[in-house]
Amino acid sequence: MRLALREVLLAFRRAPVLALLGVTTIAFSLFAFGLFGLVAINLQTALKQVEDRVEIRAFLRERTTDDELSEVVKTMQRMGEVADVGYVSPDSALQRARSELAEFRDVMDSTMLPASIEVRLKEGSRDPETVKMVSKRLAVYPVVEDVRYGREWVEKLYRIRTIAGVAGSGLAVVFAMVAVIIIGATIRMAILARTREIEIMRMVGATNGFVRLPYLIDGVLKGIAGGVIAVALAYATNGVISRNLVATQFFTMQQIALGVFAGAFIGFVGSWFSVGRQLRQVWRDT
Amino acid sequence: MAGILRLSKVTKEYARSGVALRDISFELAKGEFVFLAGHSGAGKSTLLKLISMAERPTSGEVKVSGYSSATLRARELPKLRRRLGIVFQDFRLLPDRSAEANVAFALEVTGAPRASIGPKVSRLLTQVGLASKATALPHELSGGEQQRVAIARALANDPFVLLADEPTGNLDDRATRGIFQLLREINASGTAVIMATHDVTLIEWSGLRFLELEKGSLAYDGVDAARLVADLRGRR
Repeated sequence: MRLALREVLLAFRRAPVLALLGVTTIAFSLFAFGLFGLVAINLQTALKQVEDRVEIRAFLRERTTDDELSEVVKTMQRMGEVADVGYVSPDSALQRARSELAEFRDVMDSTMLPASIEVRLKEGSRDPETVKMVSKRLAVYPVVEDVRYGREWVEKLYRIRTIAGVAGSGLAVVFAMVAVIIIGATIRMAILARTREIEIMRMVGATNGFVRLPYLIDGVLKGIAGGVIAVALAYATNGVISRNLVATQFFTMQQIALGVFAGAFIGFVGSWFSVGRQLRQVWRDT
Repeated sequence: MAGILRLSKVTKEYARSGVALRDISFELAKGEFVFLAGHSGAGKSTLLKLISMAERPTSGEVKVSGYSSATLRARELPKLRRRLGIVFQDFRLLPDRSAEANVAFALEVTGAPRASIGPKVSRLLTQVGLASKATALPHELSGGEQQRVAIARALANDPFVLLADEPTGNLDDRATRGIFQLLREINASGTAVIMATHDVTLIEWSGLRFLELEKGSLAYDGVDAARLVADLRGRR
């Protein structure tokens, strides 16, 4: 282990430019992947915020009794898809309308607006099918005069979400693959520069594990360094966007740790395969 | 004398370049010195590769110190390699490490105890006559001196046989004699030596056993150098 670390250090001292180039390459490919991740995370949050506003509103007939009302509310609450059910009295409906439509404040009075029930759905039950099904269930009650939920809007939202999900996953795979390929090539370059060492180690009888160790350490260290730099770059970029454009969300600590770990992992795997290739061919042809 | 190395009906064929060695059989006794003669491309290097098990024969068997090419597993290869010393025409030293670091490297990567490395390296460098140049980098040494470092490295793990592939190919006459003398000394202390060379004069002068390869076949195995001289010089 000591010897392996010494060899890593020696390699860095001998070719610092190559080592830095390697770290930079890893950093930038992880950075690109990270930026994509940030966009994906923020898009998802935004979509979720919009989705939270999916609600079904059932307008009640005049003179609905409290018993009738509570029966509807209780039944709806018992449905598995329903998150919560709220009652909006004509007075609070008026207040809401007044604050939302300030221009018409004076022409509105409480007799104009019916009482209503607001039904919010649980996460995962906001697709057009479920919304429609719950609406139909509401419409069955005689006290319910009309049910509204903005059908077109819900369908459109759902479609956007599906497309974003599929495109996001596809792009994530592509970005990750590009990162792995670039990082693999970088590590391979570093190992090619040390073909002679490997050749001599094999010639004098070093075990494969012994030959591999310094390069694995090298790859992991570069991966970690690249990962840390990528996180820093992403953090800076996120800060600039947050301050000047829109408030965005950054990665959680777990996601950051995962990113750095991914860097280390790619470094490890890349080195493993690159040295493996070197280990299979034995004598250089002269 | 017990054979420490035996080739039985060894044939090596490459997919692209065809047959490199055909039906080679010979034996090497413990502590013996043998030359491997023949033109370039006659199969000398291929034969050495087979002995170091860098490659496996297409048919036949190579047996080195109890390891057989037929049964050797990849994980046993390092153990075999530690029992072989290998020297090349182009020295293959690490250019950015001193003579002593180059020799020490062979001990370090094979897991020798740290405390033993320093004394062993000085002993080896003394043995090859380079004690005074221990800290010199390869490019500060002459060709003959670089080959001495390479030989010291090859001896680091106390091999029972030294495989030398044209060790004097890049050297002038004086350095060639020096290296040959060193190999004879190493041989005298009990290490067998196989030296590939096309230096007929050296073989003739030494009077030692030689194997002559011709287009991949073993044309001669013996000590009659006059035959070799006629053979190789005549065709020039």
